[in-house]
Amino acid sequence: MAWQHKDLLGLRGLAKQEIELILDTAAPMKDIIGRDIKKVPTLRGKSIVCLFYEASTRTRTSFELAGKFMSADTVNIAAASSSVVKGESLIDTGKTLDAMGTDIIVIRHAASGAPHLLAKHVKARVVNAGDGAHEHPTQGLLDLYTIKERKGRLEGLTVTILGDVLHSRVARSNIWGLRTMGAEVRLCGPSTLLPPELAITGVKVFTRIEEALEGADVVNVLRLQLERQKKGLFPTIREYARQFGLNQERLKRCKSDVLVLHPGPMNRGVEIADDVADADFAAIEEQVTNGVAVRMAILYLMMGGSGSGAVH
Amino acid sequence: MALYIKGGRVIDPANGINKIADVKIEKGIIAGIDDYSGAITEADEVMEAAGKLVVPGLIDIHCHLREPGLEAKETIATGTRAAARGGFTALCAMPNTKPVCDSQTGVEFVINRAKAAGLVRVYPVGAITKGSEGQELAEMADMAACGAVAFSDDGKPVPRSDIMRLGLQYAQMVGKVIISHCEDPELAKDGVMHEGYWSTVLGLRGIPAASEAIMVARDILLAESVGAKLHIAHVSTARSVELIRQAQWRGVNVTGEVCPHHLALTDADVEGFNTATKVNPPLRTDQDREALRSALNDGTLTILATDHAPHTAEEKACEYNYAPFGISGLETAWPLFWRELVESGVMTLPSFVAAMTVAPAKRLGLPGGTLSTGVAADVTIIDPEYTETVTLENWQSKGKNTPFVGQTLRSWPVATIVGGRVVMRDRQVIG
Repeated sequence: MAWQHKDLLGLRGLAKQEIELILDTAAPMKDIIGRDIKKVPTLRGKSIVCLFYEASTRTRTSFELAGKFMSADTVNIAAASSSVVKGESLIDTGKTLDAMGTDIIVIRHAASGAPHLLAKHVKARVVNAGDGAHEHPTQGLLDLYTIKERKGRLEGLTVTILGDVLHSRVARSNIWGLRTMGAEVRLCGPSTLLPPELAITGVKVFTRIEEALEGADVVNVLRLQLERQKKGLFPTIREYARQFGLNQERLKRCKSDVLVLHPGPMNRGVEIADDVADADFAAIEEQVTNGVAVRMAILYLMMGGSGSGAVH
Repeated sequence: MALYIKGGRVIDPANGINKIADVKIEKGIIAGIDDYSGAITEADEVMEAAGKLVVPGLIDIHCHLREPGLEAKETIATGTRAAARGGFTALCAMPNTKPVCDSQTGVEFVINRAKAAGLVRVYPVGAITKGSEGQELAEMADMAACGAVAFSDDGKPVPRSDIMRLGLQYAQMVGKVIISHCEDPELAKDGVMHEGYWSTVLGLRGIPAASEAIMVARDILLAESVGAKLHIAHVSTARSVELIRQAQWRGVNVTGEVCPHHLALTDADVEGFNTATKVNPPLRTDQDREALRSALNDGTLTILATDHAPHTAEEKACEYNYAPFGISGLETAWPLFWRELVESGVMTLPSFVAAMTVAPAKRLGLPGGTLSTGVAADVTIIDPEYTETVTLENWQSKGKNTPFVGQTLRSWPVATIVGGRVVMRDRQVIG
């Protein structure tokens, strides 16, 4: 099976087989990351531009390394140092990159739908590296990969996503990906950060953490953006930590082999306790490694590789 | 010499006329509706209208012509061409131009520019407050004296209840209607689409339905308390409809209007992030759309308006969050309303025609809206069988921001006559 789409803009609408293709392709990619010499010629002669309109360390570096490990030429553009500050539109920036022979544009943008706009106007393939509160498909895929790696499956698992779901693109990609793969998804957070409409997608919505954690196989803790409190979306960070912070005591309600994820960067002591973040049952660092593997798989597939093809 | 519109179905709700007949126009005036087959001479001009609808010239009480100040989006000349192509013979121009039309000078400018363009009638709406800033009343009496037909800070609400109350009182004194843009600015803040399932899925900031209904409720209570005339612009939610319905039962002098896009589209159409769907108030849910239909059916809402809001292509060619609100609507209003209201059986043909002619005219005290003998001959001829695919090729408005491109619609205006002069014929604007 080969990748059928021009772009990767979100996990909503992707078929189970397509997600499986990416996850299956990521496994051999992870082997490459573990080698002493992390370089294969798979994407030699291909050009990848990381166009980041928002600050990012891990996602941008992850994409850049993914490209480099496969010998692609990767270029980073931070909006603050680009023609964006001169007022250039996203479409014009995209057309300029297109004209330079870019094969893949990886875009991070604060506005939901920005990758969709770009994709409509460029010949290059577009990968969404996070758009507003819409989707972060590669984060979703790396979460799925990590869960599958640890648990051996996705189907039938109960995954609780905890925190600021309203503003989270990670949560949305997780919801679509996990539901497609047959997992039960629970959402939990303060009602002001928890859109009840998501129940239509087949997820269960909770405002009491104890209920949301009962019997869960996986807990995915979202990063709390602390400026939300200044906007009055919840009263205090202290209360948030007391009501919704994940700690050892609360984790006892989950299955005994619970897996804890966090997309990072973490607010330790707020949404996640120190001893939870660093425990063996947490796979937070593993997620970072898997992120590179998943992004390698995506870049590889988008450049015409097939799931069964050689990646050496 | 007379102009005869021959053999069409003449619908004039103001006079209860709905019959096959000829319309005779002489010296720019309606001379009569009858069977004139024996009276036509060689010197007369005849427009064959068999199979077509002959209705009073359409009146849009809510559009944005953007001049002065925003001429890149639209001018009074281009906006009136778009109106003629859409079958409209008269427009009410909202005051949110640059500068805001909040003075006698502003009102006179619009009137003079419209005269120079000379295509369809333009009636200025003056601002309620200076600069539409919501802080101090504009010179409403002065504006009314020189031709403002109503008052509105459209584009934004009047946030302060005390100022809105004063505006209603003052408008009442000068015998005019306040047209209210109902939106709680704090609830709607930073929102770009309806708050609900689709805004959640798309990760776009939502505008809750309550942000409209809260202000509808406030303005109804204020209008009720001072006995003023209130018209709610672009009603979009079920709750707003309910509030208007209840107020009318109590005898409050309140009316409301519906726009084509709120009937033709829902928030689900925002999927794909097409900025042409970004409009304020936003596209709502199926339930809201059904409530609007019911309200048009039972007479709670009696007026159809376009909220024609043209923008440049550059302004709309950007991320959804950053695009301005608005749909360019004059040229597709009739066939969209037709599909949503007539073909679906929501409104009878006479009540539908009334909602685009006599009802808006009566509400704001405008001339027109009828084919009564002796009135200026503003007439629109519709071919209900004619189908056309919406393209931007012959689009007259500068604003190409329409989400309906590519849709094939039935029932289009094929002639527009203003004061006896044909300004659009066979879908081509003349002049």
